[in-house]
Amino acid sequence: MTEVSMVVNGRKVSGNVEGRTLLSAFLRENLGLTGTHVGCDTSQCGACVVHVDGAAVKSCTMFALDAEGADVATIEGQAAPDGTLNVIQQAFQDYHGLQCGFCTPGMVMSAAALLKENPKPSEAEIRDYLEGNICRCTGYHNIVRAIMAASGQDVPAVAAE
Amino acid sequence: MPKDHGIGASSKRREDVRFLTGEGNYTDDINIAGQTYVHFLRSDVAHGTITNIDSSAAEAMDGVLRVFTAKDFEAVGGIPCGWQVTDKFGEPMQEPKHPVLAEGKVRYVGDPIAAVVAETPELARDAAEAIVVDIDELPAVVDMKAALTDGATKVHDDLTSNLCYDWGFVEENKAAVDDAIANAAHVTTLELVNNRLVANPMEPRVAIGDYSRGTDDYTLYTTSQNPHVIRLLMGAFVLGIPEHKLRVVAPDVGGGFGTKIFHYAEEAFVTFAAKAVNRPVKWTSSRSEAFISDAHGRDHVTKIELALDKDNNFTALRCETYANMGAYLSTFAPSVPTWLHGTLLAGNYTTPLVYTNVKAVFTNTVPVDAYRGAGRPEATFQLERVVDKAARELGVDPTELRRQNFIKPDQFPYDTPVAVTYDTGNYHATLDKALEMSDYANFDKRVAESKSRGKLRGLGVAHFIEACGIAPSNLVGQLGARAGLYESATVRVNATGSISVLTGSHSHGQGHETTFPQVIAEMIGIDESQIDIVHGDTSKTPMGMGTYGSRSIAVGGSAMVRAAEKVINKAKKIAAHLMEASEADIELADGQFTVAGTDKSVAWGDVTLAAYVPHNYPLEDIEPGLEETAFYDPSNFTYPSGAYFCEVEVDPETGEVDVLGFTAADDFGTVINPMIVEGQVHGGVAQGIGQALLENCSYDDNGQLLSGSYMDYAMPRASDLPSFDVDHSCQTPCTHNPLGVKGCGEAGAIGSPPALVNGVIDALHRGGYPVEHINMPLSPSRVWEAIQSMK
Repeated sequence: MTEVSMVVNGRKVSGNVEGRTLLSAFLRENLGLTGTHVGCDTSQCGACVVHVDGAAVKSCTMFALDAEGADVATIEGQAAPDGTLNVIQQAFQDYHGLQCGFCTPGMVMSAAALLKENPKPSEAEIRDYLEGNICRCTGYHNIVRAIMAASGQDVPAVAAE
Repeated sequence: MPKDHGIGASSKRREDVRFLTGEGNYTDDINIAGQTYVHFLRSDVAHGTITNIDSSAAEAMDGVLRVFTAKDFEAVGGIPCGWQVTDKFGEPMQEPKHPVLAEGKVRYVGDPIAAVVAETPELARDAAEAIVVDIDELPAVVDMKAALTDGATKVHDDLTSNLCYDWGFVEENKAAVDDAIANAAHVTTLELVNNRLVANPMEPRVAIGDYSRGTDDYTLYTTSQNPHVIRLLMGAFVLGIPEHKLRVVAPDVGGGFGTKIFHYAEEAFVTFAAKAVNRPVKWTSSRSEAFISDAHGRDHVTKIELALDKDNNFTALRCETYANMGAYLSTFAPSVPTWLHGTLLAGNYTTPLVYTNVKAVFTNTVPVDAYRGAGRPEATFQLERVVDKAARELGVDPTELRRQNFIKPDQFPYDTPVAVTYDTGNYHATLDKALEMSDYANFDKRVAESKSRGKLRGLGVAHFIEACGIAPSNLVGQLGARAGLYESATVRVNATGSISVLTGSHSHGQGHETTFPQVIAEMIGIDESQIDIVHGDTSKTPMGMGTYGSRSIAVGGSAMVRAAEKVINKAKKIAAHLMEASEADIELADGQFTVAGTDKSVAWGDVTLAAYVPHNYPLEDIEPGLEETAFYDPSNFTYPSGAYFCEVEVDPETGEVDVLGFTAADDFGTVINPMIVEGQVHGGVAQGIGQALLENCSYDDNGQLLSGSYMDYAMPRASDLPSFDVDHSCQTPCTHNPLGVKGCGEAGAIGSPPALVNGVIDALHRGGYPVEHINMPLSPSRVWEAIQSMK
């Protein structure tokens, strides 16, 4: 076991891990931050996406020890301290961008990374960017709309009738 | 103005807040003090005799509590099957024992042989690798038709063959169907495969067993769509634990799509082992493990023949299907190719004679069971493909051939020749809607535009009917179900007027926590925020059958309405007493009880408070309290239907198919929350496009799974799919449930595969390649080969 320290959602944390402990496991098991989900074992599904030093990373593909000293952001740190959802989270609710919720943390974290590098993405750019995030419930339709809305683009309201 | 609350409003989902902030409570998020972990050692060969298991090295490792094998389970039962099909000779299906851990033989890659319980997941896995298993490999049976040949290796030695059953429906009609086909003006024939799929909810399965010596109580936390069903099957048939000593909890569940209906060996294992090691035992499936342990879906091989008279009226339909059961019978597997398939083959049409033969076959593959739609996608695919082919052969517009043969709006209720009666529908209306939405009139212009870019454009049409709201218990009992299919609800009104609804339905993405309160809010006239839903815990809710078969709102919602009606009736008695009026004169609207024709009123909260503080209360006539339970058993299935159009572009140089647009015009009857209904259709259509274009569960001849991870099994990604154009304005409400609802969960997955395949065939024909059929998934190589075969 080796001690590892990092900053997660603005809080200094540390723990003892094996060399093979993945960052996703450290977040879930050592820190109890179970919002980061593990949906596959081949780094395909993206449910475990977090930000490490500002970059979107699949936390199942990184050893906890490799995050030594890093600044890590997870889904638990996205809303305001009073619980107000951030603009992406709110858009996901407004546009029904989630159903079972399992892929959602990774989707929100990927969407945040996308909007940071491309503040007004087109639909095609969003679909392309989400190549590493699998959702089985929504067919992506409302996820794409939620991200467009979060970027301030005009999106018709859901189920207008 | 759209409604902003109650039935018909697109209320935002309250469950989203916890899911969006990482505060969901999925089974893998649960950790119990003292918890241990199990790792299953699974067979890496498809068929073989276990000659020796040496677990001594594993047992000697630090941190290993115990290694289990089949001999530890000699005193318990096998995993039961919940449906017994009777074959065409009147005999029961062949039903092999399904042990918790493999007994003597392994029968598919993934069959669990041994299980290690250890202090950490890593130790359990390391120890499993130290177990030495000797297996004498036997020939694997993979192909269904080969499995039925004389001399084929048997998957189960104690069965007479690999044939589970040979089912005919309606057997009495067979001669008439044969005769009609022999004498038809035209017969269209098609042989096709409904490809094997893996459901792949994003949350892998998890199970945690917990046992208390002090009270002799067991708790199972599991990723289930129906915790009461698991409690009954596992408690009564596997482990012999009475229900009152066994609690099953299915907390937030990350998608199901059918594959989390079934009772699995891992659930029985962790419950059993928790007592054996006197510690909680947790199992978390990896995705790779899910591919070889979750029940698969579909896997039918079918020949279908459609007979038409000289005026293009459908006169008969004959279907011969081979259905893969895998190595063991999963919970509802026998029902899928039979009663969920044969009864749907009238489709939207007036075909007077229908006969289906289904041979269900054991093979050395993972068990196959219901996946979103379950039997109905298979029926719809073959029917809508053969109708499309008939239109092409006869040179008529595929929409017109369908329209001509539709059941007409004034023919409902309609008795089909396949035992079911459709209560309502209007197939002409959904067709007209889809024609309008898809701009069918200008399609030829779009074809020309594509052609100018060297691409082939096609438009695929498909209609569907499904039987949802599963199901009338007395009927399914006659058909072989070993369960009732009612649903339950308790409406518990609190003293200050807020309400908890305890439902046997289970939400794993469908949004019940939002939609169910919309119904109660509408009935009483109070705010939705005053109502909460409790589900997924057998210690909290009445016996319920859970969520599948698009049954939650149609059956669970109906139970809730019935319970709420009882509550309202009692509340009116209390209100009448408080206002010194006749009960018959009491009206409830907007959360106020009034005496008709007067200005007397009393608020909902005053009545509920009186029920729990009964000082001024008719105690001689009614009991205090305000809580009612109802069990609702539907009198018929519901029959959602729709018209789905899929517009595609094929690159003739590469065979690549681009889905340009998808139109879905559905009739779901009454819609509670349009936003959620549309989301259900989006997701279903995406899974159907996945089946038609990308997904394929593939075995080699030795029974090795070739598509065992997301590296090999093509899950639809955002860039594979278009935006969807969906509509549910054509509504013919169900006539036999109180809300008029039909259910919307499976429609998208049922109607979309034939729409896509018909679209690609249309594109190829328009491009001068008269290809008759391509089996799903329509990968570039398959489409390209089909094009080359026409050159």
